[in-house]
Amino acid sequence: MKILPSRRPVAIAVGLFLLIVIAIDSGVSAPLNPFAAPSPIALGSGQAAGGAHCAAPAVR
Amino acid sequence: MTSLAVDSAGQAGAPRAGLFWRIALVLAGLAAVIAVAAFAGARYGLLLAVGLGFGIVLEGLRFGFAGPWRALILRREPAGLVAQLIAIGTVAIVAIPLIETHSGELIGAHAPVGFAMIGGAFVFGIAMQIVLGCGSGTLVNAGSGNAVGAVALPFFAIGSFAGAWHLDWWTGLGTAPVIAFGDAFGAYGGLALTLVMLALVAIIALRGAAPEHRRIPRRLWLAAGFIALLAIANLVIAGQPWGVVYGLGLWAAKGATALGADLSGSAFWSAPANMERVSQSLLTDVTSLTNIGIIAGAMLVASWRRGFDQPVPRLPAMAWVAAIVAGLLLGYSSRLAFGCNVGAFFSGISTGSLHGWVWFAAAFAGSILGVKLRARLGFEGAPKRGGRP
Repeated sequence: MKILPSRRPVAIAVGLFLLIVIAIDSGVSAPLNPFAAPSPIALGSGQAAGGAHCAAPAVR
Repeated sequence: MTSLAVDSAGQAGAPRAGLFWRIALVLAGLAAVIAVAAFAGARYGLLLAVGLGFGIVLEGLRFGFAGPWRALILRREPAGLVAQLIAIGTVAIVAIPLIETHSGELIGAHAPVGFAMIGGAFVFGIAMQIVLGCGSGTLVNAGSGNAVGAVALPFFAIGSFAGAWHLDWWTGLGTAPVIAFGDAFGAYGGLALTLVMLALVAIIALRGAAPEHRRIPRRLWLAAGFIALLAIANLVIAGQPWGVVYGLGLWAAKGATALGADLSGSAFWSAPANMERVSQSLLTDVTSLTNIGIIAGAMLVASWRRGFDQPVPRLPAMAWVAAIVAGLLLGYSSRLAFGCNVGAFFSGISTGSLHGWVWFAAAFAGSILGVKLRARLGFEGAPKRGGRP
């Protein structure tokens, strides 16, 4: 009843999937700029939240 | 004699190798957090750390959503659900007043109730029982080497992208105004209403259980406390509650963009805030960072406790096809439902959104059907023909 003796190959495949996602992202995204980053903690920062959340509506 | 010497040397070396491997894993996690903080910004490093914490607690203390709902439906065991309610209530005590007093900086998971929202939650409930993995559960399962979770994950992302693409059409079928208890009844009135409703659900679940199943195990108390702390940290650091689905859809949107797709035809993906997310690095996206952290945290725990040594069971082809379809449905339906078990149920209720409660009712109804379908689709041995699952 076993297809693989270990879960390790599956975990490695998932790790590779994540690395591929991050690699594709780095190719199509603006370069990282830590000097333009928001303050470390949103609470008390005076900055509005981005709103990129699952509850976000279709059009703001 | 030589063989015995080699064996004993091997036995002595095994724990040492295990210790080195575990130290290396922890150091790798810390290095990733520091690297993200250094190259992207301190907030993003902190959010990756929060995600790692979620993954470690969810996998390490076996805290989930789909499994406990299944246990309640099949065996009337309420402990897992009650632990979820305790975690949600703990977050609500902090989150609802905080969002009301800092509305310029913090937002809740507030979304409207509508036909598509209810239908989406119902379908999500079915799909999460088929693969026995919800939003966070699919991430944890994939990270811990569960093959069904690993197969479902990329299709979850594609489904989430497609669901977001069509979201405006679905919400056009009929959507009520957003109702947030904190706005409607004031911070403490909204909090009181939320806590009373959580307590009522817990009492109903506990009263329906056999006396020997009414005790909440210590690990679930611990997990509920840690999950609540991490969810509050997520809100305070990011300015928005814990979510899963948006990040997965964004990953597929990135992939589509890399393949040359034009997202301007979608009202959702062409909205300025989402266009900005697509153009910026995933390492600056809140839900992507916590999602990556959850997968990595679960991987760390599975490796630590040698969980990868478990075999992958043989499943019929029908079950693998079902895992793909369920993955797509998990993603698509959770976008219509304005979140999954995390973004809608956990974060919606804990920030006082009515849609979280409606999501809970619809997804639980779907789960009752999903539990029956899972057996028929071959996930629990040979598929049953004609008989009751």
